[in-house]
Amino acid sequence: MHEYSEKIRDIAEKLLKNGTVDVFIGFKKGTVPMMNEPVLISDPEKVHTLHWDSHCALNLCNYLTGRTDKIGILATGCNSRNIMTHIVENQIKREQLHIVGIPCTGMIDHRAVQRAVQFKEILDITEDKDRLIVKGDGFEEKLDKKDFLQSNCLTCAHRNPVEYDELVADLVPEQEGVSAYEDVTQIENMNIDDRWDFFRDMISSCIRCYACRNACPLCYCPTCFVDESRPQWVGKSIDPTDTMTFHILRAYHCAGRCTDCGACERACPVGIPVRQFTKKLNKDTLELFSWEAGLTSKQRPPLDVYKVDDYNDFVK
Amino acid sequence: MKTTSFTKQEWDEALQGLSDSYRIFVPIREGDFHMFRPLENGIKPDFDFQNTRISPKSIIYPQSERMFEYTLEPEDPEANILKEAPKDYSPRAIVGIRPCDVHAFRIVQRNFDNPEFRDPWWVKHFESTILVGLGCNRPCSTCFCTSVGGGPFHEEGLDIMVYDLGDRFLAKSLTEKGEDFLNKTKAGAPADQPALQAAEDLKESVEKAFNPNVTMDHLHEKAVLDLFNAPFWEEVAFACINCGTCTYLCPTCWCFDIQDEVFAKQGDRIRNWDSCMFPLFTLEGSGHNPRTKKFQRVRQRFMHKLKYYVDKYQDGVQCSGCGRCVRYCPVNIDIRQVAALMNEL
Ligand code: SF4
Ligand code: SF4
Ligand code: SF4
Ligand code: SF4
Ligand code: SF4
Repeated sequence: MHEYSEKIRDIAEKLLKNGTVDVFIGFKKGTVPMMNEPVLISDPEKVHTLHWDSHCALNLCNYLTGRTDKIGILATGCNSRNIMTHIVENQIKREQLHIVGIPCTGMIDHRAVQRAVQFKEILDITEDKDRLIVKGDGFEEKLDKKDFLQSNCLTCAHRNPVEYDELVADLVPEQEGVSAYEDVTQIENMNIDDRWDFFRDMISSCIRCYACRNACPLCYCPTCFVDESRPQWVGKSIDPTDTMTFHILRAYHCAGRCTDCGACERACPVGIPVRQFTKKLNKDTLELFSWEAGLTSKQRPPLDVYKVDDYNDFVK
Repeated sequence: MKTTSFTKQEWDEALQGLSDSYRIFVPIREGDFHMFRPLENGIKPDFDFQNTRISPKSIIYPQSERMFEYTLEPEDPEANILKEAPKDYSPRAIVGIRPCDVHAFRIVQRNFDNPEFRDPWWVKHFESTILVGLGCNRPCSTCFCTSVGGGPFHEEGLDIMVYDLGDRFLAKSLTEKGEDFLNKTKAGAPADQPALQAAEDLKESVEKAFNPNVTMDHLHEKAVLDLFNAPFWEEVAFACINCGTCTYLCPTCWCFDIQDEVFAKQGDRIRNWDSCMFPLFTLEGSGHNPRTKKFQRVRQRFMHKLKYYVDKYQDGVQCSGCGRCVRYCPVNIDIRQVAALMNEL
């Protein structure tokens, strides 16, 4: 997808010069392989720093919260869905945005690439259409990009942005017949003790840095429940009970809102697959309410509404 | 000074043999990365690593540490009296620690052990620890220890320096504690001249090829307020998500918070790592928060490391150049670039 870079620069320059937007949010190339840095550009002279490749997997919607200016923003499928959620939840106004859609073919799982080269230090990685060329001290390997996609991208059913003002390239075909919830079903089928052990082990190395929460556009509360001190809901040590409380409660707060963008998981410094929590709730909202987050800016997520004619008795 | 040569198998066995006399921490690979773990049954050290993802800071200064315990039981004659929680100060050894992480302990020591204040727990943990360093044959592309006064084979602060010579380890004691440790191994053989020469050559060739060159030479002459009010902070901070990754992985960050946790009538007073990246860090009891904005928090981290510390102690920066924050910051905020901006202002 690195061929998008040129087009992105042209679009950003045009939008900034003709005053459609005050600022443009994209990525610049990182200083470390497979890492890129979100960047805010207001000077059309600086659009040359904009960069795009298959390592732009953070969620740019995270940088919209509370802005009051007119913003151009790049949006892949999942990012666009978070933008819709942001609009529904009054975190940004549609009129403020010029959404530059990115038809996405998936982001690279940097941890999988590391594993593929047996954890040797990667000094350079380039993309050549469907291939990745990975180089380090004394080695060079060619990998098939499709074998190294992030797990959320492998099962993504919305690679094209759901809403946009212009596109960087032609829309890409959506993946058909992907089944997103095999891993969740496996966990559901465990007996209750095994399931507890599974989640306990999964988060055992969590250092409570909150990178997962802070990388997530849904987590915009001025004070997160884990940070409240009066009253204090959760202990602040690395006691496993407190850590588990954080993860489970955060996942519930994302129910019906999570787009499975994968930013949380990507940000984690110790590689905890935190999406195992949110995916269960995505599956539930799909099964119970036929709901997928962020497909429209016109409807509030199911756990956020009350309907007089709700088919459940308990709400009446 | 004693210099002993071990085959790799002898070294592993020697460590196992010493685990009665010391609690030994070794690097092991867990999942995708290395970290230090106590050498217990079934644990196999893996010395083929660049550096551990999580720094060894927590071995001396745990992320959560029980300081005191107390009871709120009114009948108890000791009700409401804080009593020191039991701690383990038995001798321990960190084997395979990188020179940058030893340098980091010397930096952190300034905070916990100085003429004004002595933190009893940090000091006792530190004093009961032997540091057995492993020279870096392959520094990472993100390492910059030589720019901050260290180096891949820097010996300062170490009790023993170990050279990985391919088929064997050469261990050189640098202190009495270190010599004692080597004596206790009862394994290996006195290093011969070719082995000593091989270690010397290794050091020289690695140092020659390693040239990170992060410039920090002008930081001390800048006026604090010029840096504080520099025009670049908003831009530097834009991508930051204010997580704890950089400060929690950093071997030189020392900030903590103290919390009471009570269950029924039993209470613990715990100290937990804290991070200046969190808004809560500066939230005052009154509700006022002097650092409400993200750029202020990001600025604090860099100003503390690269200016306040520099001015206060007149001995370099509060950074050992380990590169963890460079590599694992989820949004790629790179201290090397920020240092350059500050240095060139
Ligand atoms: S919880 Fe994770 S996957 Fe879901 S929207 Fe937030 S960052 Fe994306
Ligand atoms: S990012 Fe990872 S280590 Fe940090 S709080 Fe989330 S799960 Fe824990
Ligand atoms: S600089 Fe990076 S690691 Fe540090 S708080 Fe900001 S985003 Fe997190
Ligand atoms: S600031 Fe970064 S490079 Fe310096 S010691 Fe801390 S983690 Fe290592
Ligand atoms: S950089 Fe921040 S967390 Fe680290 S020691 Fe300084 S003030 Fe504390």
